[in-house]
Amino acid sequence: MTDLLVALVVLPILASASITFAGWLRERTGWPMAVLALLGQTALAATVTVGVLERGRASHTIGGFVPPYGIEFVADGLSVPFVVLVAGASLAVLAYARETGPHSNPFYALYLLLVAGLTGVCVTGDVFTLYVFLEISGLAAYGLVASASGGDAALAALKYLLVGTVGATFYLLGVGYLYAATGTLNMAALAATLSAESTLTVVAFGCVVLGLAVKMALFPLHVWKPDAYEHAPWAVSVLLAALVSTVAGYALIRLTYGVFTVRFFAANPLVDEVLIAGACVSVLAGGILAFRQQSVSRLFAYSSITQFGLATLGIALGTVPAVVGAAVQLLGHGVMKGGLFAAAGVIETRTRASTVDAYAGRSEDAPFASGALAVIACGLVGIPPTVGFVAKWYLAVGALEADSLFVFGVVLASTFLSLTYFGRLVQRLYVDAPEQTPELERISTGMSGVVIGAAAATVLLGLFGFALASFAQPAVSHLLHP
Amino acid sequence: MTGLLAQLHYIASVVLVAVGLFVVMDDENLLKKVLGLNVFQTGVFLFFVTVGFRRGGSPPIVTGDGGPYVNPLPQVLVLTAIVVGVSVTAVALALVVRIYREYGTLREDVLREAVADD
Repeated sequence: MTDLLVALVVLPILASASITFAGWLRERTGWPMAVLALLGQTALAATVTVGVLERGRASHTIGGFVPPYGIEFVADGLSVPFVVLVAGASLAVLAYARETGPHSNPFYALYLLLVAGLTGVCVTGDVFTLYVFLEISGLAAYGLVASASGGDAALAALKYLLVGTVGATFYLLGVGYLYAATGTLNMAALAATLSAESTLTVVAFGCVVLGLAVKMALFPLHVWKPDAYEHAPWAVSVLLAALVSTVAGYALIRLTYGVFTVRFFAANPLVDEVLIAGACVSVLAGGILAFRQQSVSRLFAYSSITQFGLATLGIALGTVPAVVGAAVQLLGHGVMKGGLFAAAGVIETRTRASTVDAYAGRSEDAPFASGALAVIACGLVGIPPTVGFVAKWYLAVGALEADSLFVFGVVLASTFLSLTYFGRLVQRLYVDAPEQTPELERISTGMSGVVIGAAAATVLLGLFGFALASFAQPAVSHLLHP
Repeated sequence: MTGLLAQLHYIASVVLVAVGLFVVMDDENLLKKVLGLNVFQTGVFLFFVTVGFRRGGSPPIVTGDGGPYVNPLPQVLVLTAIVVGVSVTAVALALVVRIYREYGTLREDVLREAVADD
Protein backbone atom coordinates (compact mmCIF):
# COMPACT_ATOMS: atom_id res chain seq x y z
CA MET A 1 0.00 0.00 0.00
CA THR A 2 2.80 2.45 0.82
CA ASP A 3 4.26 1.80 -2.65
CA LEU A 4 1.38 3.89 -3.91
CA LEU A 5 3.06 7.00 -2.46
CA VAL A 6 5.95 6.49 -4.89
CA ALA A 7 3.53 5.71 -7.72
CA LEU A 8 1.89 9.11 -7.13
CA VAL A 9 5.11 10.79 -8.29
CA VAL A 10 6.35 8.19 -10.78
CA LEU A 11 3.11 7.90 -12.77
CA PRO A 12 2.99 11.54 -13.97
CA ILE A 13 6.75 11.55 -14.70
CA LEU A 14 6.46 8.39 -16.84
CA ALA A 15 3.36 9.79 -18.54
CA SER A 16 5.22 13.05 -19.22
CA ALA A 17 8.09 11.17 -20.90
CA SER A 18 5.67 8.96 -22.89
CA ILE A 19 3.79 12.00 -24.17
CA THR A 20 7.07 13.51 -25.40
CA PHE A 21 8.01 10.31 -27.25
CA ALA A 22 4.50 9.84 -28.64
CA GLY A 23 4.69 13.38 -30.01
CA TRP A 24 7.57 12.37 -32.28
CA LEU A 25 5.45 9.60 -33.82
CA ARG A 26 2.14 11.42 -34.00
CA GLU A 27 1.18 14.97 -33.15
CA ARG A 28 -1.69 15.99 -30.90
CA THR A 29 -1.66 12.74 -28.92
CA GLY A 30 -0.89 14.61 -25.71
CA TRP A 31 -4.39 15.42 -24.54
CA PRO A 32 -5.89 11.89 -24.44
CA MET A 33 -2.72 10.49 -22.87
CA ALA A 34 -2.77 13.21 -20.19
CA VAL A 35 -6.44 12.43 -19.46
CA LEU A 36 -5.60 8.74 -18.99
CA ALA A 37 -2.62 9.49 -16.76
CA LEU A 38 -4.49 11.95 -14.59
CA LEU A 39 -7.49 9.62 -14.26
CA GLY A 40 -4.98 7.09 -12.91
CA GLN A 41 -3.43 9.75 -10.70
CA THR A 42 -6.83 10.72 -9.26
CA ALA A 43 -7.64 7.05 -8.59
CA LEU A 44 -4.26 6.65 -6.84
CA ALA A 45 -4.87 9.76 -4.75
CA ALA A 46 -8.31 8.46 -3.77
CA THR A 47 -6.84 5.07 -2.78
CA VAL A 48 -4.18 6.74 -0.63
CA THR A 49 -6.89 8.89 1.00
CA VAL A 50 -8.93 5.80 1.89
CA GLY A 51 -5.78 4.15 3.25
CA VAL A 52 -4.99 7.16 5.47
CA LEU A 53 -8.62 7.30 6.66
CA GLU A 54 -8.47 3.63 7.66
CA ARG A 55 -4.96 3.24 8.98
CA GLY A 56 -3.70 6.76 9.66
CA ARG A 57 -0.25 8.04 8.67
CA ALA A 58 1.51 6.01 5.96
CA SER A 59 5.23 6.18 5.16
CA HIS A 60 7.43 4.51 2.58
CA THR A 61 11.21 4.17 2.72
CA ILE A 62 12.80 4.59 -0.71
CA GLY A 63 15.24 1.89 -1.83
CA GLY A 64 15.51 0.29 1.62
CA PHE A 65 17.74 3.09 2.99
CA VAL A 66 16.24 3.65 6.40
CA PRO A 67 15.74 7.24 7.66
CA PRO A 68 17.43 9.39 8.98
CA TYR A 69 19.87 8.55 6.13
CA GLY A 70 17.44 7.47 3.43
CA ILE A 71 14.52 9.27 1.81
CA GLU A 72 11.03 8.80 3.17
CA PHE A 73 7.64 9.51 1.56
CA VAL A 74 4.83 10.30 3.98
CA ALA A 75 1.05 10.67 3.69
CA ASP A 76 -1.14 11.90 6.53
CA GLY A 77 -4.38 13.79 7.05
CA LEU A 78 -2.67 17.08 6.24
CA SER A 79 -0.86 16.15 3.02
CA VAL A 80 -3.53 13.91 1.49
CA PRO A 81 -6.11 16.67 0.81
CA PHE A 82 -3.41 18.56 -1.13
CA VAL A 83 -2.50 15.45 -3.17
CA VAL A 84 -6.20 15.04 -4.02
CA LEU A 85 -6.49 18.73 -4.94
CA VAL A 86 -3.47 18.51 -7.28
CA ALA A 87 -4.78 15.38 -9.01
CA GLY A 88 -8.40 16.52 -9.21
CA ALA A 89 -7.74 20.11 -10.29
CA SER A 90 -5.22 19.15 -12.96
CA LEU A 91 -7.70 16.58 -14.35
CA ALA A 92 -10.47 19.21 -14.40
CA VAL A 93 -8.27 21.82 -16.11
CA LEU A 94 -7.64 19.32 -18.93
CA ALA A 95 -11.34 19.63 -19.81
CA TYR A 96 -10.72 23.37 -20.09
CA ALA A 97 -7.50 23.03 -22.10
CA ARG A 98 -9.23 20.76 -24.66
CA GLU A 99 -10.75 23.88 -26.22
CA THR A 100 -8.39 26.72 -25.30
CA GLY A 101 -5.17 24.81 -25.99
CA PRO A 102 -2.21 24.82 -26.41
CA HIS A 103 -2.58 21.45 -28.12
CA SER A 104 1.03 20.38 -28.66
CA ASN A 105 2.52 17.30 -26.99
CA PRO A 106 5.36 19.18 -25.25
CA PHE A 107 2.71 21.31 -23.51
CA TYR A 108 1.05 18.25 -21.97
CA ALA A 109 4.45 16.76 -21.10
CA LEU A 110 5.21 19.90 -19.06
CA TYR A 111 1.71 19.80 -17.62
CA LEU A 112 2.28 16.32 -16.17
CA LEU A 113 5.76 17.27 -14.99
CA LEU A 114 4.14 20.08 -12.99
CA VAL A 115 1.71 17.57 -11.47
CA ALA A 116 4.63 15.27 -10.57
CA GLY A 117 6.59 18.07 -8.92
CA LEU A 118 3.65 19.39 -6.92
CA THR A 119 2.61 15.90 -5.76
CA GLY A 120 6.23 15.23 -4.79
CA VAL A 121 6.32 18.35 -2.59
CA CYS A 122 3.17 17.08 -0.84
CA VAL A 123 4.34 13.53 -0.13
CA THR A 124 8.04 13.88 0.61
CA GLY A 125 9.35 13.62 4.14
CA ASP A 126 12.83 14.85 3.25
CA VAL A 127 13.83 18.51 3.04
CA PHE A 128 16.27 18.15 0.14
CA THR A 129 13.89 16.06 -1.97
CA LEU A 130 11.37 18.82 -1.36
CA TYR A 131 13.82 21.27 -2.98
CA VAL A 132 14.16 19.03 -6.04
CA PHE A 133 10.38 18.69 -6.40
CA LEU A 134 9.97 22.43 -5.87
CA GLU A 135 12.36 23.05 -8.77
CA ILE A 136 10.72 20.41 -10.99
CA SER A 137 7.37 22.09 -10.53
CA GLY A 138 9.00 25.51 -10.94
CA LEU A 139 10.70 24.60 -14.22
CA ALA A 140 7.48 23.12 -15.58
CA ALA A 141 5.59 26.27 -14.55
CA TYR A 142 8.09 28.59 -16.30
CA GLY A 143 7.73 26.53 -19.47
CA LEU A 144 3.95 26.52 -19.24
CA VAL A 145 3.79 30.32 -18.88
CA ALA A 146 6.08 30.68 -21.90
CA SER A 147 3.84 28.38 -23.97
CA ALA A 148 1.68 31.39 -24.87
CA SER A 149 2.72 33.12 -28.08
CA GLY A 150 4.23 36.60 -28.06
CA GLY A 151 7.14 38.29 -26.41
CA ASP A 152 5.38 39.42 -23.25
CA ALA A 153 4.71 35.78 -22.26
CA ALA A 154 8.44 35.04 -22.62
CA LEU A 155 9.27 38.14 -20.59
CA ALA A 156 6.79 37.15 -17.86
CA ALA A 157 8.21 33.61 -17.80
CA LEU A 158 11.78 34.88 -17.49
CA LYS A 159 10.80 37.20 -14.64
CA TYR A 160 9.03 34.28 -12.95
CA LEU A 161 12.12 32.11 -13.49
CA LEU A 162 14.56 34.64 -12.04
CA VAL A 163 12.49 35.36 -8.94
CA GLY A 164 11.43 31.73 -8.50
CA THR A 165 14.97 30.38 -8.77
CA VAL A 166 16.33 32.92 -6.29
CA GLY A 167 13.56 31.80 -3.91
CA ALA A 168 14.28 28.11 -4.39
CA THR A 169 18.01 28.71 -3.91
CA PHE A 170 17.33 30.50 -0.62
CA TYR A 171 15.34 27.44 0.39
CA LEU A 172 18.35 25.29 -0.56
CA LEU A 173 20.60 27.51 1.56
CA GLY A 174 18.23 26.95 4.49
CA VAL A 175 18.48 23.20 3.91
CA GLY A 176 22.28 23.57 4.01
CA TYR A 177 22.08 25.25 7.43
CA LEU A 178 19.71 22.55 8.69
CA TYR A 179 22.12 19.86 7.52
CA ALA A 180 25.09 21.65 9.08
CA ALA A 181 23.18 21.86 12.37
CA THR A 182 22.00 18.26 12.58
CA GLY A 183 23.58 16.03 9.90
CA THR A 184 20.21 14.80 8.66
CA LEU A 185 17.68 15.81 6.01
CA ASN A 186 14.75 13.72 7.22
CA MET A 187 11.94 15.92 8.55
CA ALA A 188 11.07 13.71 11.53
CA ALA A 189 14.72 13.33 12.52
CA LEU A 190 15.27 17.09 12.13
CA ALA A 191 12.29 17.83 14.39
CA ALA A 192 13.76 15.54 17.05
CA THR A 193 17.34 16.86 16.95
CA LEU A 194 17.13 20.53 15.94
CA SER A 195 18.02 22.95 18.75
CA ALA A 196 15.27 25.56 19.09
CA GLU A 197 17.49 28.28 20.59
CA SER A 198 20.47 28.14 18.21
CA THR A 199 21.13 31.11 15.89
CA LEU A 200 21.81 28.58 13.12
CA THR A 201 18.20 27.37 13.39
CA VAL A 202 16.88 30.95 13.18
CA VAL A 203 18.93 31.60 10.02
CA ALA A 204 17.78 28.31 8.52
CA PHE A 205 14.16 29.22 9.27
CA GLY A 206 14.65 32.65 7.71
CA CYS A 207 16.07 31.17 4.48
CA VAL A 208 13.37 28.49 4.23
CA VAL A 209 10.53 30.95 4.84
CA LEU A 210 12.02 33.48 2.41
CA GLY A 211 12.24 30.79 -0.28
CA LEU A 212 8.68 29.57 0.23
CA ALA A 213 7.34 33.14 0.53
CA VAL A 214 8.63 33.78 -3.00
CA LYS A 215 6.78 30.69 -4.25
CA MET A 216 3.63 31.72 -2.35
CA ALA A 217 4.06 35.29 -3.66
CA LEU A 218 3.75 37.13 -0.35
CA PHE A 219 4.22 40.90 -0.53
CA PRO A 220 6.84 42.20 -1.49
CA LEU A 221 8.05 38.98 -3.16
CA HIS A 222 4.96 38.74 -5.35
CA VAL A 223 6.29 40.57 -8.45
CA TRP A 224 6.30 37.46 -10.66
CA LYS A 225 2.66 36.57 -10.14
CA PRO A 226 0.55 39.25 -11.88
CA ASP A 227 2.67 39.16 -15.07
CA ALA A 228 2.78 35.37 -15.20
CA TYR A 229 -0.98 34.97 -14.72
CA GLU A 230 -1.83 37.77 -17.14
CA HIS A 231 0.28 36.52 -20.05
CA ALA A 232 0.01 32.73 -19.68
CA PRO A 233 -2.59 30.82 -21.74
CA TRP A 234 -5.91 30.61 -19.85
CA ALA A 235 -5.59 26.90 -19.04
CA VAL A 236 -2.16 27.57 -17.50
CA SER A 237 -3.39 30.54 -15.44
CA VAL A 238 -6.18 28.36 -14.07
CA LEU A 239 -3.78 25.54 -13.23
CA LEU A 240 -1.08 27.74 -11.66
CA ALA A 241 -3.59 29.81 -9.68
CA ALA A 242 -5.16 26.65 -8.30
CA LEU A 243 -2.04 24.73 -7.41
CA VAL A 244 1.45 26.24 -7.46
CA SER A 245 1.35 28.68 -4.54
CA THR A 246 -1.11 26.43 -2.71
CA VAL A 247 1.42 23.62 -2.54
CA ALA A 248 4.16 26.05 -1.44
CA GLY A 249 1.81 27.08 1.38
CA TYR A 250 1.40 23.44 2.35
CA ALA A 251 5.21 23.10 2.40
CA LEU A 252 5.38 26.10 4.75
CA ILE A 253 2.97 24.40 7.21
CA ARG A 254 4.85 21.11 6.96
CA LEU A 255 8.30 22.64 7.44
CA THR A 256 7.31 25.09 10.16
CA TYR A 257 5.72 22.45 12.37
CA GLY A 258 7.20 19.21 11.03
CA VAL A 259 10.83 20.43 11.12
CA PHE A 260 11.18 23.55 13.28
CA THR A 261 8.23 22.59 15.57
CA VAL A 262 6.27 24.76 18.04
CA ARG A 263 9.27 24.78 20.39
CA PHE A 264 11.06 27.02 17.86
CA PHE A 265 8.36 29.71 18.00
CA ALA A 266 8.21 29.40 21.81
CA ALA A 267 11.97 29.98 22.02
CA ASN A 268 12.01 32.79 19.43
CA PRO A 269 8.85 34.87 19.87
CA LEU A 270 10.41 37.67 17.79
CA VAL A 271 10.60 35.39 14.72
CA ASP A 272 6.93 34.60 15.13
CA GLU A 273 6.07 38.30 15.42
CA VAL A 274 8.04 39.14 12.25
CA LEU A 275 6.19 36.39 10.38
CA ILE A 276 2.81 37.67 11.62
CA ALA A 277 3.74 41.24 10.67
CA GLY A 278 4.85 40.14 7.19
CA ALA A 279 1.62 38.21 6.69
CA CYS A 280 -0.48 41.22 7.81
CA VAL A 281 1.37 43.52 5.38
CA SER A 282 0.72 40.98 2.62
CA VAL A 283 -3.01 40.83 3.45
CA LEU A 284 -3.43 44.61 3.40
CA ALA A 285 -1.04 45.42 0.51
CA GLY A 286 -2.61 42.72 -1.68
CA GLY A 287 -6.05 44.17 -1.08
CA ILE A 288 -5.00 47.75 -1.83
CA LEU A 289 -3.07 46.75 -4.97
CA ALA A 290 -5.99 44.61 -6.19
CA PHE A 291 -8.35 47.55 -5.87
CA ARG A 292 -6.20 49.62 -8.24
CA GLN A 293 -6.14 47.07 -11.09
CA GLN A 294 -7.98 47.45 -14.37
CA SER A 295 -6.98 44.07 -15.82
CA VAL A 296 -9.14 41.32 -14.33
CA SER A 297 -6.27 38.77 -14.36
CA ARG A 298 -4.05 41.13 -12.41
CA LEU A 299 -6.86 41.88 -9.96
CA PHE A 300 -7.19 38.15 -9.27
CA ALA A 301 -3.41 37.79 -8.92
CA TYR A 302 -3.23 40.59 -6.33
CA SER A 303 -6.21 39.11 -4.50
CA SER A 304 -4.10 35.93 -4.15
CA ILE A 305 -1.48 37.94 -2.26
CA THR A 306 -4.14 38.79 0.34
CA GLN A 307 -5.35 35.20 0.51
CA PHE A 308 -1.86 33.70 0.96
CA GLY A 309 -1.15 36.36 3.59
CA LEU A 310 -4.19 35.02 5.47
CA ALA A 311 -2.90 31.44 5.21
CA THR A 312 0.51 32.58 6.50
CA LEU A 313 -1.22 34.33 9.41
CA GLY A 314 -2.84 31.02 10.37
CA ILE A 315 0.51 29.25 10.17
CA ALA A 316 2.26 31.90 12.27
CA LEU A 317 -0.44 31.91 14.98
CA GLY A 318 0.37 28.28 15.68
CA THR A 319 -2.80 27.21 17.45
CA VAL A 320 -4.56 24.07 16.17
CA PRO A 321 -7.66 25.88 14.80
CA ALA A 322 -5.45 28.53 13.14
CA VAL A 323 -3.30 25.94 11.34
CA VAL A 324 -6.38 23.94 10.33
CA GLY A 325 -7.79 27.26 9.08
CA ALA A 326 -4.61 27.86 7.09
CA ALA A 327 -4.91 24.42 5.46
CA VAL A 328 -8.61 24.96 4.62
CA GLN A 329 -7.75 28.47 3.38
CA LEU A 330 -5.06 27.06 1.04
CA LEU A 331 -7.29 24.26 -0.29
CA GLY A 332 -10.35 26.47 -0.64
CA HIS A 333 -8.40 29.29 -2.24
CA GLY A 334 -6.91 26.82 -4.74
CA VAL A 335 -10.37 25.72 -5.88
CA MET A 336 -11.80 29.25 -5.86
CA LYS A 337 -8.95 31.08 -7.60
CA GLY A 338 -8.71 28.36 -10.25
CA GLY A 339 -12.45 28.79 -10.76
CA LEU A 340 -12.17 32.59 -11.00
CA PHE A 341 -9.53 32.37 -13.72
CA ALA A 342 -11.62 29.75 -15.52
CA ALA A 343 -14.64 32.09 -15.40
CA ALA A 344 -12.59 35.07 -16.58
CA GLY A 345 -11.23 32.90 -19.41
CA VAL A 346 -14.76 32.01 -20.51
CA ILE A 347 -15.88 35.66 -20.36
CA GLU A 348 -12.88 36.84 -22.34
CA THR A 349 -13.18 34.07 -24.93
CA ARG A 350 -16.89 34.79 -25.38
CA THR A 351 -17.01 38.58 -25.28
CA ARG A 352 -13.31 39.70 -25.48
CA ALA A 353 -13.77 41.61 -22.22
CA SER A 354 -10.64 41.46 -20.07
CA THR A 355 -10.74 44.67 -18.01
CA VAL A 356 -12.99 45.69 -15.14
CA ASP A 357 -14.62 48.43 -17.23
CA ALA A 358 -15.19 46.14 -20.20
CA TYR A 359 -17.06 43.72 -17.90
CA ALA A 360 -20.01 46.15 -17.81
CA GLY A 361 -23.23 44.24 -18.50
CA ARG A 362 -21.50 41.08 -19.70
CA SER A 363 -23.62 38.87 -17.43
CA GLU A 364 -26.20 38.69 -20.23
CA ASP A 365 -23.65 37.39 -22.73
CA ALA A 366 -22.05 34.84 -20.42
CA PRO A 367 -24.67 34.07 -17.77
CA PHE A 368 -23.15 30.87 -16.34
CA ALA A 369 -19.60 32.20 -16.11
CA SER A 370 -20.83 35.46 -14.54
CA GLY A 371 -22.93 33.57 -12.01
CA ALA A 372 -20.01 31.30 -11.13
CA LEU A 373 -17.73 34.31 -10.83
CA ALA A 374 -20.16 35.98 -8.43
CA VAL A 375 -20.50 32.83 -6.29
CA ILE A 376 -16.73 32.35 -6.10
CA ALA A 377 -16.19 36.04 -5.34
CA CYS A 378 -18.55 35.58 -2.36
CA GLY A 379 -16.38 32.65 -1.36
CA LEU A 380 -13.18 34.69 -1.44
CA VAL A 381 -14.82 37.48 0.55
CA GLY A 382 -15.84 34.85 3.12
CA ILE A 383 -19.65 34.88 2.98
CA PRO A 384 -21.35 31.67 4.24
CA PRO A 385 -22.02 28.97 3.11
CA THR A 386 -18.76 28.93 1.13
CA VAL A 387 -15.40 27.37 1.90
CA GLY A 388 -13.91 30.85 2.31
CA PHE A 389 -16.20 31.38 5.28
CA VAL A 390 -15.08 28.11 6.93
CA ALA A 391 -11.42 29.08 6.51
CA LYS A 392 -11.95 32.60 7.91
CA TRP A 393 -13.99 31.14 10.79
CA TYR A 394 -11.11 28.87 11.81
CA LEU A 395 -8.57 31.67 11.36
CA ALA A 396 -10.63 34.04 13.51
CA VAL A 397 -11.12 31.40 16.23
CA GLY A 398 -7.40 30.64 16.06
CA ALA A 399 -6.54 34.32 16.44
CA LEU A 400 -8.81 34.65 19.48
CA GLU A 401 -7.38 31.47 20.98
CA ALA A 402 -3.88 32.93 20.56
CA ASP A 403 -5.13 36.12 22.28
CA SER A 404 -4.31 38.20 19.24
CA LEU A 405 -7.06 40.76 18.72
CA PHE A 406 -4.88 42.54 16.16
CA VAL A 407 -4.75 39.47 13.89
CA PHE A 408 -8.50 39.01 14.40
CA GLY A 409 -8.92 42.59 13.16
CA VAL A 410 -6.72 41.97 10.11
CA VAL A 411 -8.80 38.88 9.19
CA LEU A 412 -11.94 41.02 9.38
CA ALA A 413 -10.32 43.88 7.44
CA SER A 414 -9.31 41.45 4.67
CA THR A 415 -12.99 40.59 4.26
CA PHE A 416 -13.95 44.22 3.75
CA LEU A 417 -11.03 44.86 1.41
CA SER A 418 -12.01 41.83 -0.71
CA LEU A 419 -15.59 43.03 -0.71
CA THR A 420 -14.59 46.40 -2.21
CA TYR A 421 -12.86 45.05 -5.30
CA PHE A 422 -14.96 41.93 -5.87
CA GLY A 423 -18.10 43.97 -5.23
CA ARG A 424 -17.01 46.45 -7.90
CA LEU A 425 -16.43 43.61 -10.38
CA VAL A 426 -19.78 41.91 -9.72
CA GLN A 427 -21.55 45.27 -9.89
CA ARG A 428 -19.99 45.92 -13.32
CA LEU A 429 -21.14 42.49 -14.52
CA TYR A 430 -24.72 42.69 -13.29
CA VAL A 431 -25.76 46.30 -12.73
CA ASP A 432 -23.96 48.50 -15.25
CA ALA A 433 -25.27 48.77 -18.79
CA PRO A 434 -23.11 47.29 -21.59
CA GLU A 435 -21.40 49.77 -23.90
CA GLN A 436 -21.90 47.72 -27.06
CA THR A 437 -22.82 44.16 -27.86
CA PRO A 438 -19.79 42.22 -29.08
CA GLU A 439 -19.86 39.29 -31.47
CA LEU A 440 -20.22 36.26 -29.22
CA GLU A 441 -17.89 33.28 -29.54
CA ARG A 442 -18.91 29.69 -28.79
CA ILE A 443 -17.85 28.21 -25.44
CA SER A 444 -17.16 24.48 -25.16
CA THR A 445 -19.02 22.28 -22.66
CA GLY A 446 -15.71 21.43 -20.98
CA MET A 447 -14.94 25.08 -20.27
CA SER A 448 -18.42 25.79 -18.87
CA GLY A 449 -18.25 22.56 -16.89
CA VAL A 450 -15.00 23.55 -15.15
CA VAL A 451 -16.39 26.98 -14.23
CA ILE A 452 -19.67 25.62 -12.87
CA GLY A 453 -17.85 22.76 -11.14
CA ALA A 454 -15.55 25.20 -9.34
CA ALA A 455 -18.51 27.31 -8.19
CA ALA A 456 -20.31 24.17 -6.99
CA ALA A 457 -17.16 23.00 -5.19
CA THR A 458 -16.90 26.41 -3.47
CA VAL A 459 -20.36 25.94 -1.98
CA LEU A 460 -20.09 22.18 -1.35
CA LEU A 461 -16.72 22.52 0.38
CA GLY A 462 -18.33 25.24 2.47
CA LEU A 463 -21.29 23.02 3.44
CA PHE A 464 -18.95 20.12 4.25
CA GLY A 465 -16.05 22.38 5.25
CA PHE A 466 -16.15 21.38 8.88
CA ALA A 467 -15.90 17.73 7.79
CA LEU A 468 -12.82 18.60 5.72
CA ALA A 469 -11.36 20.42 8.70
CA SER A 470 -12.00 17.50 11.03
CA PHE A 471 -10.20 15.23 8.52
CA ALA A 472 -7.08 17.41 8.78
CA GLN A 473 -7.46 18.24 12.48
CA PRO A 474 -5.93 15.04 14.00
CA ALA A 475 -2.90 15.33 11.71
CA VAL A 476 -2.46 19.02 12.59
CA SER A 477 -2.82 18.30 16.32
CA HIS A 478 -0.21 15.56 15.99
CA LEU A 479 2.07 17.92 14.04
CA LEU A 480 1.79 20.71 16.63
CA HIS A 481 1.82 18.56 19.77
CA PRO A 482 3.49 15.23 18.99
CA MET B 1 44.65 35.58 10.64
CA THR B 2 44.78 31.75 10.58
CA GLY B 3 41.19 31.81 11.86
CA LEU B 4 40.21 33.91 8.86
CA LEU B 5 42.07 31.58 6.48
CA ALA B 6 40.25 28.57 7.93
CA GLN B 7 36.98 30.35 7.16
CA LEU B 8 38.09 31.25 3.62
CA HIS B 9 35.63 28.89 1.92
CA TYR B 10 32.73 30.27 3.91
CA ILE B 11 33.77 33.86 3.14
CA ALA B 12 34.07 32.99 -0.56
CA SER B 13 30.59 31.50 -0.60
CA VAL B 14 29.11 34.58 1.09
CA VAL B 15 30.87 36.85 -1.44
CA LEU B 16 29.56 34.76 -4.35
CA VAL B 17 26.01 34.82 -2.97
CA ALA B 18 26.15 38.60 -2.45
CA VAL B 19 27.66 39.36 -5.88
CA GLY B 20 25.22 37.02 -7.63
CA LEU B 21 22.17 38.47 -5.90
CA PHE B 22 23.32 42.03 -6.60
CA VAL B 23 23.68 41.31 -10.32
CA VAL B 24 20.29 39.56 -10.49
CA MET B 25 18.56 42.52 -8.88
CA ASP B 26 20.52 45.47 -10.19
CA ASP B 27 21.70 44.74 -13.75
CA GLU B 28 19.51 45.88 -16.64
CA ASN B 29 20.80 43.24 -19.05
CA LEU B 30 18.72 40.05 -18.93
CA LEU B 31 21.64 37.83 -19.94
CA LYS B 32 23.73 39.21 -17.08
CA LYS B 33 20.85 38.55 -14.73
CA VAL B 34 20.99 34.87 -15.74
CA LEU B 35 24.76 34.90 -15.16
CA GLY B 36 24.21 36.51 -11.76
CA LEU B 37 21.75 33.74 -10.91
CA ASN B 38 24.45 31.18 -11.72
CA VAL B 39 27.00 32.94 -9.52
CA PHE B 40 24.46 33.09 -6.67
CA GLN B 41 23.76 29.36 -6.97
CA THR B 42 27.47 28.55 -7.13
CA GLY B 43 27.92 30.38 -3.82
CA VAL B 44 25.31 28.13 -2.21
CA PHE B 45 26.93 25.03 -3.74
CA LEU B 46 30.31 26.06 -2.31
CA PHE B 47 28.68 26.44 1.10
CA PHE B 48 27.34 22.86 0.93
CA VAL B 49 30.69 21.36 -0.08
CA THR B 50 32.47 23.33 2.65
CA VAL B 51 30.05 22.02 5.28
CA GLY B 52 30.96 18.46 4.34
CA PHE B 53 34.73 19.06 4.12
CA ARG B 54 37.15 17.99 6.86
CA ARG B 55 40.72 19.23 7.03
CA GLY B 56 42.98 16.20 6.56
CA GLY B 57 40.02 13.99 5.66
CA SER B 58 40.42 11.39 2.94
CA PRO B 59 37.99 10.75 0.09
CA PRO B 60 35.01 8.79 1.40
CA ILE B 61 36.06 5.41 -0.03
CA VAL B 62 36.33 3.02 2.91
CA THR B 63 39.59 1.05 2.53
CA GLY B 64 40.15 -0.15 6.09
CA ASP B 65 42.78 2.40 7.17
CA GLY B 66 40.15 4.29 9.15
CA GLY B 67 38.96 7.89 8.93
CA PRO B 68 38.55 10.71 9.09
CA TYR B 69 36.65 10.89 5.81
CA VAL B 70 35.13 13.84 4.02
CA ASN B 71 31.32 13.70 4.23
CA PRO B 72 30.11 12.56 0.78
CA LEU B 73 26.43 13.45 1.23
CA PRO B 74 26.73 17.24 0.68
CA GLN B 75 28.70 16.53 -2.50
CA VAL B 76 25.90 14.29 -3.76
CA LEU B 77 23.36 16.97 -2.89
CA VAL B 78 25.38 19.58 -4.79
CA LEU B 79 25.62 17.28 -7.82
CA THR B 80 21.82 17.12 -7.84
CA ALA B 81 21.54 20.87 -7.31
CA ILE B 82 24.00 21.52 -10.18
CA VAL B 83 21.80 19.44 -12.49
CA VAL B 84 18.80 21.50 -11.40
CA GLY B 85 20.82 24.70 -11.93
CA VAL B 86 21.85 23.67 -15.45
CA SER B 87 18.22 22.95 -16.36
CA VAL B 88 17.12 26.32 -15.03
CA THR B 89 19.90 28.06 -16.98
CA ALA B 90 18.91 26.24 -20.16
CA VAL B 91 15.28 27.32 -19.84
CA ALA B 92 16.36 30.88 -18.98
CA LEU B 93 18.64 31.11 -22.03
CA ALA B 94 15.89 29.75 -24.29
CA LEU B 95 13.61 32.52 -23.00
CA VAL B 96 16.35 35.14 -23.43
CA VAL B 97 16.79 34.08 -27.08
CA ARG B 98 13.05 34.33 -27.64
CA ILE B 99 12.87 37.78 -26.05
CA TYR B 100 15.77 38.99 -28.19
CA ARG B 101 14.11 37.72 -31.38
CA GLU B 102 10.86 39.41 -30.41
CA TYR B 103 12.14 42.81 -29.26
CA GLY B 104 15.72 43.04 -30.58
CA THR B 105 17.12 44.04 -27.19
CA LEU B 106 17.99 42.47 -23.85
CA ARG B 107 18.02 45.68 -21.80
CA GLU B 108 15.22 45.71 -19.29
CA ASP B 109 14.63 49.48 -19.37
CA VAL B 110 14.25 49.44 -23.17
CA LEU B 111 11.98 46.38 -22.92
CA ARG B 112 9.74 48.13 -20.42
CA GLU B 113 9.18 50.93 -22.91
CA ALA B 114 8.60 48.48 -25.77
CA VAL B 115 5.99 46.57 -23.73
CA ALA B 116 4.32 49.80 -22.60
CA ASP B 117 3.98 50.91 -26.24
CA ASP B 118 2.14 47.71 -27.25
